[in-house]
This record gives sequence, structure tokens and C-alpha cells, in this order.
Amino acid sequence: MHELSIALSIIEGVEEEIARRPGARVTAVHLNVGPLSGVVKDALLFSYGLACEGTSLEGSRLKIEEIPIVLYCPVCRQERSAHSMQRLCCTVCDTPSAEIRRGSELEVSALELSSVGADL
Amino acid sequence: MSASPRLVEVRQKVLKRNDLLARELRQRFQAAGVYVVSLVSSPGSGKTALLEKTLSLVRPNARVAALVGDLATDNDAVRLRRSMALVRQITTGTVCHLDAEMVEKALADWNLADLDLLFIENVGNLVCPSSYDLGENLRAVLMSVTEGEDKPLKYPTIFNTADLAIITKADLAQAVEFDWDAARQNINAVRPGMEVIALSSKTGEGMDRWTEWLLDAARRPFRCK
Repeated sequence: MHELSIALSIIEGVEEEIARRPGARVTAVHLNVGPLSGVVKDALLFSYGLACEGTSLEGSRLKIEEIPIVLYCPVCRQERSAHSMQRLCCTVCDTPSAEIRRGSELEVSALELSSVGADL
Repeated sequence: MSASPRLVEVRQKVLKRNDLLARELRQRFQAAGVYVVSLVSSPGSGKTALLEKTLSLVRPNARVAALVGDLATDNDAVRLRRSMALVRQITTGTVCHLDAEMVEKALADWNLADLDLLFIENVGNLVCPSSYDLGENLRAVLMSVTEGEDKPLKYPTIFNTADLAIITKADLAQAVEFDWDAARQNINAVRPGMEVIALSSKTGEGMDRWTEWLLDAARRPFRCK
């Protein structure tokens, strides 16, 4: 389980980001997670709460958006969804493809901030 | 005082620091002309046995070194040093994977220009290492015949992030009625087109193909991820 390391990395990145916004307090962190990122949602949610304790993010929520796998199908010549992680084939023509266009994401997409008076 | 929260868009990779460090490492490896192969697998799939054999086989033809990651003990490093190659143990404590920073620290006083091939043996774990780029040129995922043909389906992410699959302990295949076709199909389902090498570190079966493949890869121009 490496979700605690991931949670600590999220906090580190967000703290860097809000250091540039004096007076801002983070109420929620929006995270995009693809199934190929290797991160388990529930384990990350659990770790996030623990990792936030004693930091400026304590009490904030982690909102995870799960990003589906999209691959480039060499036969259809366009981006297609995949059957599953266990079967990386085009859902239209069933051609296997290793060209993953989406689904490996592990990124912070947005922050919900509340101000404590100052400009954000 | 405003109480309503506002949404600020940010695009920030969570493992940005690791990714940047891995990129720097990859550039250093390229500048020094060293080809870097990482090995990932579950505990007990035979990473150290394969490395032990590989180091002694390729040492006459290439200058090789290895970093080996484990939660505890330096048993693997002791085993690998018998090959006379340069070996360093990375003890991670409770951390279940290697990251780029650990690799960078472990390499600190090595002159990379003195090497042709560097192996990084990750901590035995099929889950966590998949997220961390180590700056390697090639990631090989190992599965032994005793683990069952469906390993790739159970751990698709690590197989998906790998460049090569190695099926180990081929000498035991018959005893465990290993279904080679099913294993290859499963690997292909989670990582279409990935090359598969079957071998036994014990009997040496398949080792030729693997070492030729390695030496050939080390001679090829660098592929940047």
C-alpha cells in the first residue's frame, strides 16, 4: 500500500500551490485518478485524512474523479474506450492497443479555497 | 470576509517531484552511456536469482552494476556481490517501493561512465512500484510459473507499465502444469504487443535469449520515455 506516500505528495504539492495565495484555506482537493495509476481510491481516501492531520489541509476533503481508460485504436484510427484494464481492446472493433491516451492520470485538477479575508 | 469557497483550477501531477527527478536521472544515464533495466515482481518470483545469473553471464561482455531494494536485510546484495559486479543495497525500511530519490542517493558516489548496464531490483511488490518512474530505460516484470497464469490479470497496472515480461522458473512449468498459452494471452491482454521471454535461472534455459536481448538493447540508441 503506497497510498500514504501518494497522499503526502498531494499535500506537499497543494501546500506549494497555496503558499502563493496568502489567506487562502483549502476546503477540498479535486483529484483525477485513472485505473492505470495503480492507486486504490478507498485506500487513498483513508490515507489522505491521516496525512492531513497537523497540516494546513487538515479538515479538507479529497474529491476523486475516476478517469476511464481511453486508447488509440489503430484500426478505427481514433480514440476509443477500452473493455477493461484486463482487456485493453477497442470497444468498437476489439483490436488490442497499447497506446493509452487516458487512464493513467494521478493529478490534482482543482482546489476549493475559502478566503480568510485577504485576496486570493 | 467571504465565506463562499471558490474553485481554482490547478493541473499538477501528484508525483511531479519523482517524475522530474526520474527525468534528470534518465538524462544522466544517457549522458554516461549506461543502459538501465529495472526488475519488478512479487516477492519470491526470482528477481535476485535472475540477476545473480545475469550479472555473471554478461560481466565478460559489459561493465555491470546493480542496486537492490528490500525492506530489510542486505542478503540480496551479499548474494549478488559473488558475481564480482558492483552492487549496492537500498534498504527502504517500511517503504514498499523504490522511488527516484532513493536511486539518486544510492548512485551518489558511482561513476556512471564506468558502466554499460545498470540493474535496479525493486522491492518485491506488484502494486506500489508501478507508480514510480526510476529513470530506467526498460522495466521488466517477472512472473514465475508457480504463481499462476492469471497474475497479469490480477495486477494489470504493473504489467501495463512494463516493457518486457519475463516468465521465470520455467524448469518447474511441467510440475505445476503451467499453461504457457494462457499466460501469454493474459500478458497480451493487459499490455498488447509486449515481448515475453521464458527462462530458468536454475537450469540456464532461455538465459541466452535474455542476455543477447539485453546486450543488444544496451547497444541501441537510447529511447526516451
